[in-house]
Amino acid sequence: MSTFLVRRLLQSLVVLFGVSFVVFAILHLTGDPALVLLPPDASAEDVRRFREVMGFNDPFLVQYGRFLTGALHGDFGQSVRHGEAAFGLVVERMPATFELAGAALLLALCLSIPAGIVSAVRRNSLLDYVATVVALFGQSLPTFWLGIMLILLFSVQFHLLPSSGRGTLSHLILPAVTLGLFTTARITRLTRSGMLEVLNQDYIRTARAKGVSDSPVVWKHALKNAAIPIVTIVGIELGTLLGGSVITETIFAWPGVGRLSVQAIANRDYPVVQAAVFLLASTFVLVNLLVDVVYTYLDPRIRLR
Amino acid sequence: MATVALPEAARAQRREWLVFLRRLAARRTALFGLVVVVLVVLTALTASLISPFDPIEQDLGDLRLKAPGFRDAAGHVHPLGTDHLGRDLLARVIYGARPALLVGFAAVAISGLIGMAAGLVAGYFGGRTDDVLMRLADIQLAFPFILLAIAVIGVLGPSLKTIIVVIGVSSWVVYARIVRGAVLTLREREFVQAALALGGGDVRVLLRHILPNALTPWLVVATLDMARVIVIESALSFLGLGVQPPTPTWGGMLADGRVYISTAWWLATFPGLAILVTVLGINLFGDGLRDTLDPRLNV
Repeated sequence: MSTFLVRRLLQSLVVLFGVSFVVFAILHLTGDPALVLLPPDASAEDVRRFREVMGFNDPFLVQYGRFLTGALHGDFGQSVRHGEAAFGLVVERMPATFELAGAALLLALCLSIPAGIVSAVRRNSLLDYVATVVALFGQSLPTFWLGIMLILLFSVQFHLLPSSGRGTLSHLILPAVTLGLFTTARITRLTRSGMLEVLNQDYIRTARAKGVSDSPVVWKHALKNAAIPIVTIVGIELGTLLGGSVITETIFAWPGVGRLSVQAIANRDYPVVQAAVFLLASTFVLVNLLVDVVYTYLDPRIRLR
Repeated sequence: MATVALPEAARAQRREWLVFLRRLAARRTALFGLVVVVLVVLTALTASLISPFDPIEQDLGDLRLKAPGFRDAAGHVHPLGTDHLGRDLLARVIYGARPALLVGFAAVAISGLIGMAAGLVAGYFGGRTDDVLMRLADIQLAFPFILLAIAVIGVLGPSLKTIIVVIGVSSWVVYARIVRGAVLTLREREFVQAALALGGGDVRVLLRHILPNALTPWLVVATLDMARVIVIESALSFLGLGVQPPTPTWGGMLADGRVYISTAWWLATFPGLAILVTVLGINLFGDGLRDTLDPRLNV
């Protein structure tokens, strides 16, 4: 158990190390970070001096070392636009993004797991068809279009819900539905196929043959075993949700990290972009580490791998 | 009809194909998906022939923001209405299929090739090579994809080429994982062991014996990934980081539509429907392909 955890922890550290390198390297893609950071009309003298001050003349790896040391201390430099520490700006927006992603995930789980179970247990029933078709559409609808259509319907037409901002629960509904639909569809399909597979196993037939009635079979025997792939996908889907929040937050003017980073990219405010990408990626790595720990409790065989 | 005797192997292969096609056609949803995809591809290819209007020509006079079905002074009907610059929406939706499919095919080709190579090498050689490649995959997966894409495109500047390369280079992981999984089981099979025992080199065994058998799962992933790439292309265009105006893109049209949402609902509705239909078609076809080729495939 502990060797598994230690190995998994080391892997996460390696991944975070790689993430930091990529985040750093983005600025150097065009070869000259000074030209990326400075406005296009900066004079040659300004560019030269800026390079000097920022240490862009040092070897690449020296610069990376400096960046990594800073990042470990939560220092990603000053925001070009706001004049504050980039790290603080991003951390300030994190709760809003977590609120949105959390609400979307909660919504997805509450809808998809029951839908998936019912679909599998009552296979080929009307409910199964409805759930399957809805899930199929949910997987094919682009997030941003769904958001716009929801605004058109609930804000513009019926004036039922606010189309932008954060605050009350009613502000949360449209963005959470928009962000959560794709995940709902994914988990519904996964739960359905997972349950179907488990329900065909010998031990389920044995339980049935012994006279165990339908619902204990579903709840005690089947769901517990179908839960493993579901837990995994929740970790992965969190990445989708954090990434998707970029679009959703832009549409609904939700004051989170996603919107901040889209604005930062438009303003060429790269310290903020770097801090945001690094922190979102770290969150994802951390959550997946947790998922793997939960996993070992659900399926002890995993530890032996 | 004169028949030419086919060599036995070729005939068996052809029979296998026929069986596969018949099974695929028996799935009505998959067939429907295929028809939709073919129609969208044909639309993109023949856009200049079937489009009723020029998609870029503006008319800032009395053609601005007209509702679907509007008949202009010259008596031409605009079935889907016009946008804020007086451009015909149907023409723009038709032409919008081009960048979507172009990015879809090109990006999938790039990521598919990278992923195939990485999966073959990781699965076949195992050990250290496998560890390094799979850690790279983890690093790749840790990034919120859209954020990474917009950060890179923000630095490099938006263009068709940049979008294709950025999406292509950063989407290889699914392919690598599925191919690696297939290779791990194939490596232990008798025919591979036999090829190795007969003195076949690594490269020959990988390309001649393992690759053809790993193609099936790869193809399913590629089909389903195409749907994802098309959504990402329109998301980037929506954020203004895609193919630049005046070239019509579905995502770009949606961004315009969002501005006029309270006055002109059709602006945001139709390009979104175009994306939905295309992506749904691809997903249906991909699901059918998976169920026909390998129902146990977990993608």
